Amino acid sequence: MKYRHIKKWILLAGIVLSAVASHFSGAINSYYLQIVIFIGINITLAVSLNLINGYTGQFSLGHAGFMAIGAYVSAYLSTEHSTAFFKAFGTNFFSIALLFIGVLIAGGLVASVAGFIVGVPSLRLKGDYLAIVTLGFGEIIRVLIQNTDAVGGPRGYSGIASYTTLFWTYSVAAITIYVVVSLVDSTYGRGFLTVRDDEVAAEAVGINTTRYKVTAFVLGAFFAGVAGGLYAHSTTYINPSGFDFQRSIEIVIMVILGGMGSTAGVTFAAILLTLLLEYLRFVSGYEWLPEIVRRIAQNRVIIYSLVLIALMLLRPQGLFGRLPRRGIPVGGMAASRRTKLPAASA
Amino acid sequence: MDDRRFLGYAPLRMTGTEFLQQLINGLSLGAFYALIALGYTMVYGVLRFINFAHGDVFMIGAFCGYYLSPRLLPHFTGWMTPLGPISVLVLTMLICALLGITIEKIAYRPLRSRPKLTVLITAIGVSLFLEYGGQFVFGADPKSFPELMPDRALEGTGALTITTTQLAAFIVTISLLVALTFIVKRTRLGMAMRALSNNATAAALMGVNIDTVVSFTFGLGSALAGAGGILFALSYPSIDPLMGLLPGIKAFVAAVLGGIGNIPGAAVGGIVLGVVETFVGGSAFSTYRDAIAFALLIIILLFRPTGIFGRAQIEKV
Repeated sequence: MKYRHIKKWILLAGIVLSAVASHFSGAINSYYLQIVIFIGINITLAVSLNLINGYTGQFSLGHAGFMAIGAYVSAYLSTEHSTAFFKAFGTNFFSIALLFIGVLIAGGLVASVAGFIVGVPSLRLKGDYLAIVTLGFGEIIRVLIQNTDAVGGPRGYSGIASYTTLFWTYSVAAITIYVVVSLVDSTYGRGFLTVRDDEVAAEAVGINTTRYKVTAFVLGAFFAGVAGGLYAHSTTYINPSGFDFQRSIEIVIMVILGGMGSTAGVTFAAILLTLLLEYLRFVSGYEWLPEIVRRIAQNRVIIYSLVLIALMLLRPQGLFGRLPRRGIPVGGMAASRRTKLPAASA
Repeated sequence: MDDRRFLGYAPLRMTGTEFLQQLINGLSLGAFYALIALGYTMVYGVLRFINFAHGDVFMIGAFCGYYLSPRLLPHFTGWMTPLGPISVLVLTMLICALLGITIEKIAYRPLRSRPKLTVLITAIGVSLFLEYGGQFVFGADPKSFPELMPDRALEGTGALTITTTQLAAFIVTISLLVALTFIVKRTRLGMAMRALSNNATAAALMGVNIDTVVSFTFGLGSALAGAGGILFALSYPSIDPLMGLLPGIKAFVAAVLGGIGNIPGAAVGGIVLGVVETFVGGSAFSTYRDAIAFALLIIILLFRPTGIFGRAQIEKV
């Protein structure tokens, strides 16, 4: 393939650029810096969810749960166990970097174990059932955290060190994009698309659909966990209610808006949506706008819901997604393509 | 979600009276779940999709009751007093039925031939719209639901406490269940519903007007959810625009528990879930109460995905 190496160069360029940007980040207004970091975290979340929802066609509504696990595990490790670590390695630039990488990966790993646990029911469930089960898992994770006193329970967990910089955020985003794109483009990775497009046919040609589904969940959860770690070390305070259903929906909207199965589109949607939502904060302060417009701008979920309904009615493939071959639906539900009449019957 | 439905701490070992009391509380909670679950199950039976916004119709029902009661109740005095709450209930059910039909027409009908996932995403959108649009219109703060009827404990039940609202909830639920069974089993539209759920293509070929039947199903399910909203608000009189989310999802679990698409199954599933949840809520694990429904759902789907009464369907190529 002609473009084989271009992905590696883009990855490298991404990391170098984020290092350079990070070096100068002191010059940026801290409010803008925070937004730029949130954009990077959202890119990681959206691209990793796209692997599950877009490429593999398994509709997951529990991404915030994985993010919560990563956030809490990494925050707990870096807060409660850093003293011993710094005693052994000294407090300098490299030991902090080492610690941060360590806790991020630990958070990601624990999240991917949860991804494995969620992936297992996906062997038996499809479509809307799976969506509800993943939603349930997300809520169970939240309830469990709320009942864990070691991390503050419902009061939230504060006093987390502020380690997240532009460098970490965008390196992780670049790595996530690289891994997902390379994986899906590889010979092995074609299996993800096959599972999405027609599970029965995939099985018939000898593809281990179970393995692909679980792999997608484990990898997606890993990156969501790392993104959660970045988030926790950026805001320095996390709260279980910050990882609720609404947060999951936010990530799902990024994926749907960008186009399921289009990494570039999803990345763009993550940037667009994060900026748009920040901009709405200003809109709600504009005195010259009618009261009703300002109140709607304050309530971001009304806007989410309208975006979702309008997208599904007018452009279900998202901004950048391509409709699959004629006759095969976006979600890859094998059943619905066979009956043209209103309800898909068995 | 909150401790509104928290029924008090009790050790795991309980006396016979406590057991019966918890059973009664569980049954009345289960009655609400059953009413909502019926809507899920009917829509699933006909269209094979999960109407995510159903729990929010339940919320709208409670708010209809909130706004209608002060306007309607004063007109019913003297011997007509008992008709007041009934008129509120009936009007709410009508409004909710209209809402359900409108939602189906605007959001779901254009997508009917599209993949199920597209419709599910739309349903999530509609649900969020009702919740947060509700916050926008009704205000986000909880409101206290008016007393439609005197709420007191019945006499002559010994150590047990059965309140008048619990009794009313039972009576209304059972009469609605009977009415629903009659509609589904004995009327032409009910027969069309069953035909559609059995095989949509064949039903259409036999001259069943699919649009009418689907509208009717949505209307029926939403009316039941509206009634559930009123009864729920009578027992737990603090209502807010997000109140439908958790009961909605739990009722879905109840529908799956009974075998989705199966009408008696939904009623039984609702009652089982209500009882299980009440017993867990009264035990030392009360803080995990809201996670129980999800855990139950995952267990059923893993071991018996067709639910208690469901039949297995084979995917044909």
